[in-house]
Amino acid sequence: MANKDFLLAVEGLTVSFDGFKAVNDLSFYVEEEEIRVIIGPNGAGKTTVLDLICGKTKSTSGSIKFRGKELTKLNEHSIVHAGVGRKFQNPSIYEDLTVFENLELSFPRGRNVFGALAFKRDAEVMAAVEEVADTIFLTEFLGTTAGLLSHGQKQWLEIGMLLIQKPDLLMLDEPVAGMSVAERKQTAELLNRITKGRAVIVIEHDMQFVEDIAHRVTVMHQGKTLSEGSMERVKNDPKVVEVYLGH
Amino acid sequence: MSLQNFKSVFPKTDIYYFAILAVVIVVIMPLSMDIFRLNLVGKYLTYAFVALGLVLCWGYGGILSLGQGVFFGLGGYCMAMFLKLEASDPESTKIQSTPGIPDFMDWNQITELPWFWEPFYNLPFALIAVLVVPTIFAYIVGVAMFKRRVGGVYFAIITQALASILTILIIGQQGYTGGVNGITDLRTLLGWDIRTDSAKYILYFVNAGLLFTCLVIAQVVRKSKLGRLLVAMRDQEDRVRFSGYDVSNFKIFIFCLGAAFAAIGGAMFTLQVGFMSPSFVGIVPSIEMVIFCAVGGRLSIFGAVYGTLLVNWAKTTFSESFPELWLFAMGALFIAVVMAFPNGLAGIYKTHAQPFIKKIPKLIKELAEPRAHVKSGAQ
Repeated sequence: MANKDFLLAVEGLTVSFDGFKAVNDLSFYVEEEEIRVIIGPNGAGKTTVLDLICGKTKSTSGSIKFRGKELTKLNEHSIVHAGVGRKFQNPSIYEDLTVFENLELSFPRGRNVFGALAFKRDAEVMAAVEEVADTIFLTEFLGTTAGLLSHGQKQWLEIGMLLIQKPDLLMLDEPVAGMSVAERKQTAELLNRITKGRAVIVIEHDMQFVEDIAHRVTVMHQGKTLSEGSMERVKNDPKVVEVYLGH
Repeated sequence: MSLQNFKSVFPKTDIYYFAILAVVIVVIMPLSMDIFRLNLVGKYLTYAFVALGLVLCWGYGGILSLGQGVFFGLGGYCMAMFLKLEASDPESTKIQSTPGIPDFMDWNQITELPWFWEPFYNLPFALIAVLVVPTIFAYIVGVAMFKRRVGGVYFAIITQALASILTILIIGQQGYTGGVNGITDLRTLLGWDIRTDSAKYILYFVNAGLLFTCLVIAQVVRKSKLGRLLVAMRDQEDRVRFSGYDVSNFKIFIFCLGAAFAAIGGAMFTLQVGFMSPSFVGIVPSIEMVIFCAVGGRLSIFGAVYGTLLVNWAKTTFSESFPELWLFAMGALFIAVVMAFPNGLAGIYKTHAQPFIKKIPKLIKELAEPRAHVKSGAQ
């Protein structure tokens, strides 16, 4: 299959920090509307992969093609404009602003200086904010200062801030870490709902959660792919059991 | 601008704050002071332009510049160059060895007007230069720093170094800049004597008008999406960047706007005080301006003006009686504000005075209709 048939094609990706290869000759492919979960022990390079895709870290060699477009040479905001959204591990929201303002700022219009000055809060913006707020269970909190939300709500808010941009690829770094059991369940439901029409890459440690959502799983170890496939297959792979699941 | 938009940019309480400040500056001050004191207030208000720019840059954008004196000075010097050339006509400088050039050039054995002074014969050029020269300089500094993601303490230190460098440059190039004395003995603006009392009154009101123009611009900016983006960047720069914004452009813009405000203040300073010197460019005045902003409250555009007035009033009063103690008092004030009142006067007002003021209409109502209570009680 040619590269352009995949939504995201990562090939031979390597990044070296002072000689230490955090990601070493990594290749994987993500299809349209796929939920891919990346698992692996601490220090396997999972977060670094997301950093490389979204442009936060520059790769040493290799290529990342998104819809045939090379991402390694683009700067961060151009990668976002291309349709890649990324959620950070700790909830990164604007704590001094309200939930409404957090979502409004993420709405993809008026993204340059003068566009932002001329930006108007019109019906289109209101409708988009309300729709997303409804999806992320925060309709009643639109007027609340974001800093006052619970940890789980902050995580949802950040997911909402990405959703309003309508990315084609959504990358989530440990979205349920620190959440209560009920919140985890709600989040799994949320993820299943929002993947309609987009692909999602998730990093997660919670195996139950992974089983609930994953279409395919990539297991990383020491910057490389250890195993890849359905959850069933990966779980029974002796290599995976040895380095990750076994203990 | 539709009414809806107007209301979102200028909510009712902010209109009151504008009105109160206008009454204080345009009515109370001129009526209660002689021209000497009013001229001093006018001078203080030129610093308020800088403090206002710092509210946007530092309070909103989180960009602490310790070199705003550079832009204040550049604006002031552009104005001073025009006024100096007008004061140096061949008639009044005929005792010099080269008549027709500024006196300090003659003292420094310069026999020809330097090329960069030539365009300043033209008032429109000088006025444009007041705004454009500092803004372009801020733009260059901004691009060099923010595109490379220099921020925080490093940015503060670099701006401080710039203030120092510019001071040294001005003092060192005595023949072109007037050196440590600055550009002095400014007399007329297109033949209008700026040293008379009536001129000082007019300049005071022009200054007040410009300050309000800048306040309105600042209000529009902070109430726009750009204002909210600045707050967002201050807290979570990466989130803004990964929401598809080129963060550096927003920083450059707000830094340039702050510089332009400072430059207007500098030009009005030159006009009202009658000279410009490197002592308003360097590190000390630049830090003083940050203190004005901090005392007023770095998140309040009105606080910036009140803070500037208050600190300068204190400075004048103190240094008239205890000149040697003033710097210590100023340092103590800054420490007190940072430790105890991080949001300055505006913060104190918001937490202590505002809840009380909000109750007033209710209290008046209750006082005006005491019978209503009695009646309902009786039934």
